[in-house]
Amino acid sequence: MTSAVFTFALSLADDALVLGHRLSEWSSYAPTLEEDIALSNLGLDLLGQARLFYTLAGDVEGKGRDEDRLAYFRDASDFRCIQLVQLPKGDFAFTMARQLAYAAFMQPYLDALTRSTEPRLAEIAAKAVKEMAYHLRHAAEWVIRLGDGTEESRRRMIDGVAAVWPYAGEMFEMDDAERALAAAGIAPDRTRLRTTWDYTVGRVLREATLDLPDAAGQQSGGRHGRHTPHLAPMLTEMQSLARAMPEATW
Amino acid sequence: MTTTTTTPLWEVFIRPRSGLPHKHCGSVHAADAELAVQAARDVYTRRGESVSIWVVPSAAIVASDPNDKDQLFEPTASKIYRHPTFYDIPDEVGHM
Repeated sequence: MTSAVFTFALSLADDALVLGHRLSEWSSYAPTLEEDIALSNLGLDLLGQARLFYTLAGDVEGKGRDEDRLAYFRDASDFRCIQLVQLPKGDFAFTMARQLAYAAFMQPYLDALTRSTEPRLAEIAAKAVKEMAYHLRHAAEWVIRLGDGTEESRRRMIDGVAAVWPYAGEMFEMDDAERALAAAGIAPDRTRLRTTWDYTVGRVLREATLDLPDAAGQQSGGRHGRHTPHLAPMLTEMQSLARAMPEATW
Repeated sequence: MTTTTTTPLWEVFIRPRSGLPHKHCGSVHAADAELAVQAARDVYTRRGESVSIWVVPSAAIVASDPNDKDQLFEPTASKIYRHPTFYDIPDEVGHM
């Protein structure tokens, strides 16, 4: 069970770190100054969540690996993040579509995780769930305005949703180890969040006057180390400084 | 998507934790009121400064004319008796 908790905390951390890094790539490129700061804020929220989950994973593992070891000194094949978060940042509409899909899942998921029988997971979730409620609100407002906006914003929003949806299904997947954690009350049951997620994204897309995609597709494999080609180059860049100067502090 | 001159400007007021009144802190560009609140939250409350946000369309602010400053403000300069420094305030009243 200890090894299952390690893998579980690690996969939550990897999701948050990689998506947080994708958001940080908007710094100085966002459409407006206000949104530049907003996207940095969202990225920093996720980075903060990643740090807590990595630290917990390292403690559970008991081999002396701290958050930096886990974030900067593992190769792509050892990462356990879903493929959705790996995709390049795309345009602003794609980023908002992904934020909507992710936050509409993670907000209720973290809420469920606050009731985990593992108190350290519950504590992290209690902090993160409030952040994710804002991520959901932020993304929803933008999707509504871009979808129901100009011809160009609508076209981009349709493309963004179409690009994101095939990858959304992986958020609901669980392997045997995670199912055992769910049975023990340590991890939430991902499959039970389907109705909530469908309702949330459906409400937003309808208000955005966009068609609801048939179903979240099943592009997956990230939890088992089968990644998109986009993850490795991103990690190489993100990890380069820490690997070049392993003793550096800042 | 670029900010054009048609993206409205909003004045932002935030209320600090101390319970003091809302105070003007700056402005943001946003397409509508909801996004203005979000932008204000992200730009001006990142360090826990606030428990409440007001946004007001900048166009709705009515300002005094700088050319009127003599008639509006100059006359008060000679009325120092309006300052409360002439009165003894009991210690129990505390900070006013």
